Amino acid sequence: MSILNSKVPSGPLSEKWTKHKNDINLVNPANKRNIDVIVVGTGLAGGSAAATLAELGYNVKTFCYQDSPRRAHSIAAQGGINAAKNYQGDGDSTYRLFYDTIKGGDYRSREENVYRLAEVSANIIDQCVAQGVPFAREYGGLLDNRSFGGVLVSRTFYAKGQTGQQLLLGAYSAMNRQINRGKIKSYTRHEMLDLVIVDGKARGIIARDMVTGELERHSAHAVVIATGGYGNVFYLSTNAMGSNVTASWKIHKRGAFFANPCYTQIHPTCIPVSGDHQSKLTLMSESLRNDGRIWVPKKQEDAEAIQQGKLKPVDLAEEDRDYYLERRYPSFGNLVPRDVASRAAKERCDAGFGVNKTGEAVFLDFAAAIMRYGKEVAAVEHIENPSEEKIRELGEKVIETKYGNLFQMYEKIVDENPYKTPMMIYPAVHYTMGGVWVDYNLETTIPGCYCAGEANYSDHGANRLGASALMQGLADGYFVLPYTIGDYLADDIRTGPISTDLPEFAEAEKNIQEQLDKLINNEGSKSVDHFHKRLGKIMWNKVGMSRNEKGLKEAISEIRELREAFWKDVRVPGDYNEVNPELEKAMRVADFLELGELFAIDALHRNESCGGHFREEYQTEEGEALRDDENFMYTAAWEFKGDPGKAVLHKEELNYENIEVKTRSYK
Amino acid sequence: MKLTLKIWRQKNAQTKGNMQTYPIDGIEGDMSFLEMLDVLNTQLIDKGEEPVVFDHDCREGICGTCSLQINGEPHGPDRLITTCQLHMRKFNDGDTIVIEPFRAKAFPVIKDLMVDRSSFERIQQAGGYISVNTSGNTIDANAIPIEKEHADESFNAAACIGCGACVAACKNASAMLFTAAKVSQFALLPQGQVEASRRVLNMVEQMDKEGFGNCTNTGACEIECPKGISLENIARMNREYLSASLKG
Amino acid sequence: MFGFNSFEPYFCASEIFEKKTIMGLIKSSIARKVAMALSGLFLVFFLGQHFVINISSVIDPDTFNSWSHFMGTNGLVQFVLQPVLIFGVVFHFVMGFILELQNRKARAINYKSFKGNLSASWASRNMLISGVVVLAFLGLHFYDFWVPEIVHKYIETHPEDPTRYFPELVHKFESPVRVGLYALSFVLLIFHLWHGFASAFQSVGFNNKYSVGLTKFAKFYAVLIPIGFVFIALYHHFNQIPH
Repeated sequence: MSILNSKVPSGPLSEKWTKHKNDINLVNPANKRNIDVIVVGTGLAGGSAAATLAELGYNVKTFCYQDSPRRAHSIAAQGGINAAKNYQGDGDSTYRLFYDTIKGGDYRSREENVYRLAEVSANIIDQCVAQGVPFAREYGGLLDNRSFGGVLVSRTFYAKGQTGQQLLLGAYSAMNRQINRGKIKSYTRHEMLDLVIVDGKARGIIARDMVTGELERHSAHAVVIATGGYGNVFYLSTNAMGSNVTASWKIHKRGAFFANPCYTQIHPTCIPVSGDHQSKLTLMSESLRNDGRIWVPKKQEDAEAIQQGKLKPVDLAEEDRDYYLERRYPSFGNLVPRDVASRAAKERCDAGFGVNKTGEAVFLDFAAAIMRYGKEVAAVEHIENPSEEKIRELGEKVIETKYGNLFQMYEKIVDENPYKTPMMIYPAVHYTMGGVWVDYNLETTIPGCYCAGEANYSDHGANRLGASALMQGLADGYFVLPYTIGDYLADDIRTGPISTDLPEFAEAEKNIQEQLDKLINNEGSKSVDHFHKRLGKIMWNKVGMSRNEKGLKEAISEIRELREAFWKDVRVPGDYNEVNPELEKAMRVADFLELGELFAIDALHRNESCGGHFREEYQTEEGEALRDDENFMYTAAWEFKGDPGKAVLHKEELNYENIEVKTRSYK
Repeated sequence: MKLTLKIWRQKNAQTKGNMQTYPIDGIEGDMSFLEMLDVLNTQLIDKGEEPVVFDHDCREGICGTCSLQINGEPHGPDRLITTCQLHMRKFNDGDTIVIEPFRAKAFPVIKDLMVDRSSFERIQQAGGYISVNTSGNTIDANAIPIEKEHADESFNAAACIGCGACVAACKNASAMLFTAAKVSQFALLPQGQVEASRRVLNMVEQMDKEGFGNCTNTGACEIECPKGISLENIARMNREYLSASLKG
Repeated sequence: MFGFNSFEPYFCASEIFEKKTIMGLIKSSIARKVAMALSGLFLVFFLGQHFVINISSVIDPDTFNSWSHFMGTNGLVQFVLQPVLIFGVVFHFVMGFILELQNRKARAINYKSFKGNLSASWASRNMLISGVVVLAFLGLHFYDFWVPEIVHKYIETHPEDPTRYFPELVHKFESPVRVGLYALSFVLLIFHLWHGFASAFQSVGFNNKYSVGLTKFAKFYAVLIPIGFVFIALYHHFNQIPH
C-alpha cells in the first residue's frame, strides 16, 4: 500500500467535486482575517489563487521574481483556453473534454482531477468575461471559438494570439483590486529560496529581495507554490529566461514528492535554433496548424539542395513533397497532438530530410490555405475569373487577419516573409506535465504546502493538449484551491500569527546564506551560463524527445559530474547584497543540476513510451509510442533522500473507472 | 560585425552613473539585441568585470520586462517590437550604439539599465479592474453580447505590455498612453461601465502623484509603442475624465 | 520580522471611494491640458476674427475704419471681451510655462542621446520656443498698437475720429525691420498652430472619424491665417501712403 493518499472523495465521478465541497470544513469570515497565506508565483494559477483567497478574507502575501505580477510567463501563452461550453453546438460536453484530456495525456493522469477540471472549465470563461477579458467575438457579439490539436470540436476561446496575456491581466486586475483593499501585499523582485517547516507544517518561506539582496523571513499558516514549470532545465526552451524550478525543488527537498519529472512537452511549432548564441526559443502558436500544412521533401537529394540553399522550397513540385502528418495520421492530419507531431518531425529530420542549414527544421506551409481562402473571398465578393495573383492577394489578407501578429514575429526573427515562402519550424521544450505531487486538494506531501498550475503534476498525464494549461492554471487558482485550502486552515483559526523568530526560520535562512556565500566566494573560472548550456545539451541529446537506456545512464552520470564541476568552478561576479542577476541564475542552475538527474532517473525507470516520454526500446513497428499499462499505469512520485540519486519511488496507481483505456490513435 | 557600445553604468540608485565604452566583435545579424548583450556580459565575466544589468524575461516581446533606450529611441530603431525582438541585422558593421535606461523621474534607476517601474503598478492598483468576485457565480459569458468592434478595440487597448516605452519616448515623460490604455480597455466594455467614473478619476490622480509629466500630444508614444497602442485612447480617457469630473 | 498586522481593509476602502471634487479637477494634469486647449481654441478664434478685420484694410479702408471704430468704442468689446482676451493670453502663457517646468522636472536626468525627431514633429516638441517668440511679438504688438490706442483713447482723450485707424495701420508697416520681425513671428505662429490647433481637439477628447477632416482644416488654418497676416503687412509696406 502506497503512503500516498490522493484523498479522492467517494461517489460517482460527476458528483465527487460537489460532494467534496459540501463535506469539507469552512473558515468563518471573522476567522479568515486572522489567517495568513503566502502565494509564490503570480501567473495564472498564483495570481488567481491570491486574488480569490484575499477576496475570501485571508491575508495574502504574493511573491514574484519579476518586477510586476503581470509579467509572469503565463503572459506568453498564445493560442487559447479550452472550456466545455458547447457554444458551437458541435457535441462538446464536460465528459468529452474530460475524455479528450485523459486520452491526450495518454492515460497517465488522475481521472477525478481531470473530471473536475472539465467541470469547472465553463465557469472560467464566465468569470473572465465578467472581469473584462476581451475574448474574440463574432459579429453577432457572442464569443468565438477555434479548434486545437488532438480534439474534434471547437472549444477553444481566444484573444488573438495573446490569450495568456489577456487572462493574466484579468487575474492581475483581480489581484490589484485586493492590493488596493490592503488584502494582498505584493512582493515583486523577490525570489523564494526555501520553505520553512514548523512542527511538520509549512509555516513560511525565506525570500531574497533581488534589489537589496537581503534575505527576508515571511510567515503564514499555509504556503501555495505556483511557480510554473521547469523546462529551462534544457537551457533552450520557450520558457522565460527567469523561469526556474527553485521553489518546487526547495519544497521537494523539504519533503514534497516530485511526480513524473520526465513528462515534458516538446512543442512542434517553434522557430528553429539559429546558432550557439541562442538564448531562448520562440513558439509559434499551435493554432497555425489549423491552416498550415507540414512537409519535408520526399527525396533526400532535394532536402540536401534545400539545406545548401540551392533549391527554393516554393520551387519543389507538389508530388515531391512529403506531407508526413497527413500521410501517417489521415484522420487528424496536421492537428495531431503535440507529442505526436514533434516526434514525427524529429523522425524525418533524423532521417536526413530536414530543411535548414542544420537539418533540424521542417516546413509549415500556408500556400494551400492562402489559395483556398482567396477563392472563398473571391466567390463571396463576386469577382469573376480572378487571376491567380488576385486570389493569392485576397488569401494573404485572410491569413493576415488570422495570424498577422505571428507572421510578423516570424519575419522579425528569421528575416523571411512567411506569406511568400513556407515557415521553418522545429520542436522545442515548452511545458512540463510533471511537477510536485499533489492530492485531490492540491496539497503536497507537506501539510499546509499547496501547489497549483504547471508547478504541480496533476491534470495532463504524460502529454498536455493545446489550450489546456491556461484552463488548469485558472481552475486551480479561482475554483479549486480557495475551497480546499479552507479545509486545512479550519484547524488554524486559533493558532495566531506565526513568529519569524522561530529557530526553524533561522536555520533555513542560515542555509541559504551559506549557499549564497559559497557561490560569491567561489572564484571559479566559468560563467553560470557555461554550465547551464552544458546541462541543456545533455538533457536535449539524451533526455529529450526520444530516450534510451544507455543514453539515460550516461546522462545521469554526466549530470552528476557537471554538478560537481559547477560547485568547484563557477564564477559569480559581484556581491550578494546588491542586484546580481548572475547570483540569481547560479542559485537556479544549482537546482536544475539536481532536478536534471532526477528527471533522467525517472525517464530511465519508466520502461514504456507514453505521451511526451518516448523510449526508443518501446515502440510499435510503425514507430508509435508503446505503453505498458500492466506495469506502468501509475504516477511516479519521488521522495528526496539527501541526494537526487537516492530518491525513493512511491507509486500512485491510476484507476480508470469511467473511461476505457485504449491505445491512443490519431490515425 | 564589430560594434562600439556606449552603455550607462550606475552601481545603484544612490550613486551617480556615467557612460562607458565597450568595443565588441563577432556579432551576427541573427542575434537578438539582448543576445548581443549576453555576449558582452560573458566577455565581461571572463575578464573579471561586472556584467551589465538589464531587465529581460520572456524574450518574445510579450512580458514587457525589457526596456532600453537604444540610439535615442525606446526599444531601438525598429517599429512595433520590443528590445528582445530587435535583431542585430538592423545595425551595420562599425556602428556605435548608445544604450541608456528608460529615463523618467517616476522610473528611478535601480542599477545600470534596470529601472523601477512600480509607479505603473500603483496606477493600476488605483482602479484598473472590474470589481467582480472570482466566485464563478457570474452570469453566462454569452449573456451580454458585445459589439465585435468594441471587443476588438478593447483588446487593442489591453494589448499594452506595460513596458514604459511611451514614458521613455515622451519628451515630457508622460504616462498618459499607458494609463489611457488601461482606462480604455474597461471603458469600452459594458462590464466596465459601472465603475467607469471612479476608475478614471482614481487612476489619473495616482498617475499625477507619481510625478509623470503632462501630455502635450506630440504623439511620440504612439510611434514608439511596441504594441501600437493608439492615441485615440488618450482622447477617450480625456473624455471619460471630463465627464466623470463634471458629474461630480 | 514580516508578520501580518491585523487590519481592517473595509475602512480604507471607504476613503478610496471618496468622491473627487472640482478642486481635484483643477489639480489634475488632464484638467490643465484641457484648460490649455480651451484657452488655445479661444485665441485661435480671436486670431481669425482679428484677421477678418485686418484683411478688410486691404480690400476697403472704409470698412476697416468702421469695424475698427466699432471694436474700439463698443462697451461690450472694450470692457468685457478685451479683459477676457487679455486673461486668455496671460492664462495660456502662464499655464504653458508651468506645464513646461513640470515636464522638465518629470525627467530628472536627461538622455545622452534622444532622437525625438524620429517620433514627433518639430512643431509639437517645441511649442515653448514658438510660443515664446509669439509672446515676444505680442509684447511688441501691444507696445505698437494697444498701448498707443489706450493712451489715445483713455488718457489723452482725443476727440473721436472714425477715420484715423487705416492711416495708423499703414504707417506701422513702414519700417522694413518691423515688417521682418512681424513676418518672422507669424512663421513661428504657423508652427505653434500647426501642432496646437489640431491637438486641442485631442485634448478635449475629440478623436473620431471626423478628426481626419478636422485636423486637415486646423492645419490649413494654421498656415493660411498667419500667411494672411504677413501678406497684409507686406501689402501695406509696399503701398505706403505719404505722411
